[in-house]
Amino acid sequence: MDKFSGMKYLKKNDAVLLGFAIVLFALLQGLISGKVLSSFWQLNVLIIGINIIMAVSLNLINGYTGQFSLGHAGFMAVGAYVGVVLTTNFHAPFVVALLAGGLSAAFLGFLIGIPTLRLNGDYLAIATLGLGEIIRIVIMNIEYVGGAAGFKGIPHHTNFAWVFWLTVIALFFIKNFVNSTHGRACLAIRENEIAAESMGINTTKYKVLAFAIGAGFAGIAGGLFAHCFYLISPNSFTFMASFNYLIMVVMGGMGSITGSIAGAFVVTFLSAALASWPEFRMIIYALALIFLMFYRPQGLFGYMEITSMRPLNRIFGRPGEKKEGGRTDG
Amino acid sequence: MAEAKKESKVLLEAKDVSEVFGGLKAVSDFNFYINKGELVGLIGPNGAGKTTAFNLFTGVYQPTTGEITFGGKSIVGLKPYQITQRGVARTFQNIRLFSELTVLDNVKIAFHDHVKYGVLEAVLRVGRYYKEEERIEQEALKLLDIFHLKDKAGELAKNLPYGAQRRLEIARALAAGPKLLLLDEPAAGMNPQETQELMEMIRWIRKKFGLTVLLIEHDMNLVMGICERIYVLEYGMVIASGTPEEVQKDPEVIRAYLGGEG
Ligand SMILES: Nc1ncnc2c1ncn2[C@@H]1O[C@H](COP(=O)(O)OP(=O)(O)OP(=O)(O)O)[C@@H](O)[C@H]1O
Ligand SMILES: [Mg+2]
Repeated sequence: MDKFSGMKYLKKNDAVLLGFAIVLFALLQGLISGKVLSSFWQLNVLIIGINIIMAVSLNLINGYTGQFSLGHAGFMAVGAYVGVVLTTNFHAPFVVALLAGGLSAAFLGFLIGIPTLRLNGDYLAIATLGLGEIIRIVIMNIEYVGGAAGFKGIPHHTNFAWVFWLTVIALFFIKNFVNSTHGRACLAIRENEIAAESMGINTTKYKVLAFAIGAGFAGIAGGLFAHCFYLISPNSFTFMASFNYLIMVVMGGMGSITGSIAGAFVVTFLSAALASWPEFRMIIYALALIFLMFYRPQGLFGYMEITSMRPLNRIFGRPGEKKEGGRTDG
Repeated sequence: MAEAKKESKVLLEAKDVSEVFGGLKAVSDFNFYINKGELVGLIGPNGAGKTTAFNLFTGVYQPTTGEITFGGKSIVGLKPYQITQRGVARTFQNIRLFSELTVLDNVKIAFHDHVKYGVLEAVLRVGRYYKEEERIEQEALKLLDIFHLKDKAGELAKNLPYGAQRRLEIARALAAGPKLLLLDEPAAGMNPQETQELMEMIRWIRKKFGLTVLLIEHDMNLVMGICERIYVLEYGMVIASGTPEEVQKDPEVIRAYLGGEG
């Protein structure tokens, strides 16, 4: 057999990853049910999962497709508010609220993406930043959802199982998307838009698709986030929040799912550990970023995935292939 | 002009095409045709408008005036990806590979329009996903084999030597499944031996894939050696066209272009 042939290893990799997820879930759920974690850290475990969804979905837009979105918190807000209105005012099941929130955000991403994704680089960054703020300000002016004071009386639906399994779904979704002809079209756009177009790729379509998928998962993350609390306000979805998610992606590595997970971990952990010293937090962020830009501008993981690094590449690699780097499945 | 063109055989045709950049006429009153199965060369001094002609054929630029048809249908106004989907693929003078991706992924990407599974099938990994991925991988490896790149399949494109990058560009263009292949200075930067090998490869793929080939080249040996017909451009205008022998004898061409080389 040719060393590259056979797609069986993909199925095996997926099975191993899923097995790992089940074990991790059992372990963490045990820690939570056994009250080993304080309620502060329990909440932070949920926030880590939500941030992973935010980071990995932003990575699809910024890292894999090479577009520069700075308004991710806006889509999170859409998912959050659509979700809480459905559960609180209409007593809809949680799963319906999450799905509706995700779809609304994806649809808005689609509508906004068509005109804005014609812009390049800095212009796109400024446009998305503005749009994120517009979404927040619009919500602030809708009395029905509490305006600037926020939306009260949200049922506490979000628990560890919801967050964990939706995070797993988001990770698998984006991993599988990226490792398909559709994801490769996005990578081609990042690498060289003119060449991508010349290879028969409808670049506008794939930019908008990546943007809508990213926005959709941000919407789902928003729904999970909102149902952790009794009250949410537009202040949770400011430009600073979008910037926070961008830091996670940049820190972890634009174009690495492992990187987004690591970035979400590090940033959430830092924020939580330094919660009582907010001014230190910003200094440490800034120092960490400066240090990173000097010594590892591609982020912690660059384009690499943990499954392609030693010793895990023995489990995940293609049969017979040496792995020193590069993107792989998983 | 030796050969009278026969309408039914014409694959690509440009009629009175002009392209103006600001005040500069990069291409003016350009008349051109290429028949199915032909191997035609486009030569001319630097800045003559050769690459501009390619950009017009592939939809990167829109002609200021004139008409371009492919297979008898107008392609003016189409986006580059639509023209590629109709069967025109190209390489670039200034190499445009997907440099941070592997050699194999570079070729796989170009199969995009011929892959038969949807986004949902990809995300859920059901239906045709595995079968199609297997098929593109095998076809991509076959193409890499032709261009002596198979053992480099797992390397990043940016790490290939220059000559190998040029060959990868051709392999990638072929993956798009073209009827017409446009090569913009495919031998630039290659040594004489590499150029010789490239000529063989071009001849071979042309037969094997039943291609029509249009190439821009400065290497006179390559052009005169493999092209059946040649167009000579100068200052955006066609100053001569015909067989290599006719073009070489043309006084205008000797003055403008070959004269400099003796
Ligand atoms: N996008 C553009 N905007 C302005 N001028 C352009 C543009 N593209 C090409 N030109 C000009 O048009 C003329 C023809 O350029 P073109 O690249 O087609 O030449 P060429 O025959 O391919 O030359 P070379 O052998 O150097 O590749 C040049 O004067 C060039 O500067
Ligand atoms: Mg040129």
